[in-house]
Amino acid sequence: MSSVGDNHVPKLSGWGRVAGPGVEAASEELAAACRGAALTRGLGRSYGDSSLPPPGGLAASSRLADRILSFEPGTGHLRAEAGLSVRALNRLFLPRRWFLPVTPGTQDVTVGGLVASDVHGKNHHRDGTIGRYVERLRMRVADGRVLDVSRSRHPDLFRATLGGMGLTGHIFEVTLRMRRIPTPWIATESRRVPDIDRYVRALKEAGPRWPYTMGWIDCLSGGRRLGRGILMCGRWAEPGEAPRFAPRPLRRVRVPFVLPEWVLSPLTVRLFNEAYYVRHPRVRRGIVHPETFFYPLDAIGDWNRLYGPRGFTQHQCVLPEESVSRSGARRLLQLLSDAGAASFLCVIKDCGAEGEGLLSFPMPGISVAVDLPVRDDTEELVARLNEFVIAEGGRVYLTKDRFTTERDFRRMESRLPRFLEIRRRWDPESRIRSAQSVRLFGDRP
Amino acid sequence: MRAVVLGGTKGMGRALARLLVERGDSVHLLGRDAEDLARSAADLEIRGGGRRVGTGRLDLADPAGFAAALDGAVAELGGLDLVVVTAAQFGTQEALEADLERTREMLTVNFANTVVFCEEARRRLMAGRGGSLCVFSSVAGDRARKPVVLYGASKAGLSAYLEGLDHRYRRDGLVTVAVKPGFVRTGMTAGLPEPPFAGDQEAVARRVLRAIDGKKPVVYAPGIWRWVMFAIRRLPRFVMRRIGF
Repeated sequence: MSSVGDNHVPKLSGWGRVAGPGVEAASEELAAACRGAALTRGLGRSYGDSSLPPPGGLAASSRLADRILSFEPGTGHLRAEAGLSVRALNRLFLPRRWFLPVTPGTQDVTVGGLVASDVHGKNHHRDGTIGRYVERLRMRVADGRVLDVSRSRHPDLFRATLGGMGLTGHIFEVTLRMRRIPTPWIATESRRVPDIDRYVRALKEAGPRWPYTMGWIDCLSGGRRLGRGILMCGRWAEPGEAPRFAPRPLRRVRVPFVLPEWVLSPLTVRLFNEAYYVRHPRVRRGIVHPETFFYPLDAIGDWNRLYGPRGFTQHQCVLPEESVSRSGARRLLQLLSDAGAASFLCVIKDCGAEGEGLLSFPMPGISVAVDLPVRDDTEELVARLNEFVIAEGGRVYLTKDRFTTERDFRRMESRLPRFLEIRRRWDPESRIRSAQSVRLFGDRP
Repeated sequence: MRAVVLGGTKGMGRALARLLVERGDSVHLLGRDAEDLARSAADLEIRGGGRRVGTGRLDLADPAGFAAALDGAVAELGGLDLVVVTAAQFGTQEALEADLERTREMLTVNFANTVVFCEEARRRLMAGRGGSLCVFSSVAGDRARKPVVLYGASKAGLSAYLEGLDHRYRRDGLVTVAVKPGFVRTGMTAGLPEPPFAGDQEAVARRVLRAIDGKKPVVYAPGIWRWVMFAIRRLPRFVMRRIGF
């Protein structure tokens, strides 16, 4: 996702399309690509500035380093170069009945990116983040050494790298445990839920019964219908109930160009939400394609262009259980609704235990993610949302963030000093850094 | 099919080798770096569902090793139906002008040694029931242009050779496929300014495989470059002297 700006300053951007000055260098050889680079990035799918080098800097791109180096069918251990995408992994392994134990909501992520963001999925309440299944990493640290890092070798570096946003070193190789699945199809049940309190209750009740849960929320309806939504639950289908053939990768339609801003206005989003909610039956059950279930938005290529020329951001926070029991979700939606924020997409997920990663995002509670088109007041809106998150004892997901301030981040992230201490041990001069670490950790630009 | 791929550890060669193993063909990789070959062979074996992928060392700068490397491949594959050459050197015009030794090496590798390798491959393909020789040349060989005078000259020579092979041996069972990629996003072109119609290597590989199966003597990839080069070949000299591409 590189582009040339009006004044011919080369720019890079994340999925939110808010660009910053910088260049990327791709090579099949990561050791060559990361020479002189401040950061390694994968497919640039994090929304904000986590994958951008400090302003004007160089990022190595891992997307051409995508070889699978070994796979042990006995244990599910897979070793691959960091640039292997989840899309390639699924295309090869779903038909063989292997799947990632944790997958994010898009396939356009590299395995290096899975680790750097310590991604979570619809099964977080049960299975945790991907970090739990990462066995070993090969990475190049700031002084140039290439190290194998695991729970037994350099455990401090290993823990800091899970969810460490690529700031502890350049990840070359990832070894993780894949999971055996009974069939490559998903049995789902989805239901309409009329308001936010009942939605959160239904989500928590579904947790023990379903490995995968998540839901879409209409955050433009107010009053009694505030936070009505559709709760989706799923599990891998058993051989008797699923088709006998393997699912083929789905075709995508693409958004051909950047659409004007009015396309996603409160009015159009309201109409969409109404139609989406009303057309859904009270309960729907069935066997669906795994891509439809895990990656619904991947069906529309380049959907980030829907948000207009200024791009968009996502505010994703986790609210701890105490907050959830004091209707934290309702109060957050009320705050959004009062601010008149037109969010096309609002997703609420169940979160389980905190991961090993020192900056890993989830904690027990719920995660609330809202897409926000970038407008004049976006920074202010994010600051108001963050104020709420801090008061509730929650935190935001760095992989989505573009507008949080350094001060707010320090207030919500009590684990930061420990992370920075380990990072200093391995990289005293903060040579490995990103536009985001400049913004949030006070790294030199 | 039993295929030898020279240059299959990187770029378009990597993408093409993956398509071959994923549809059940046997592949043998030739290249310079033993460790790099082993990593690519592992990747291809997993993608191909376990079918063995052999490797052999071959450096296009060293023609003395060509015959042995090909014999090794034929022995391991138990025959030969397809030889693919994607390996080549690239340098920007500025870099090559500044270093004549590098220019000599590039011209030798891309033209003289590639032709010698193709001759060795041709003999082995024609010794059996015939087969296909698919060699990556470049659109840069279609018309001499300011930014690629030296690299383009090496590819022009190679394209002429491949066309000649097609004329001379097609009736005897040798199918020659000359691939002329336009700008494709690979490690080789990383960092270069991207022109319009840039392609990605997976799409190019799919197109090339269709051309191999369809026995097409020339394939442009992405396909639009056929028309771009059709126009550029017809531009008069006084225009070519003026424009910068």
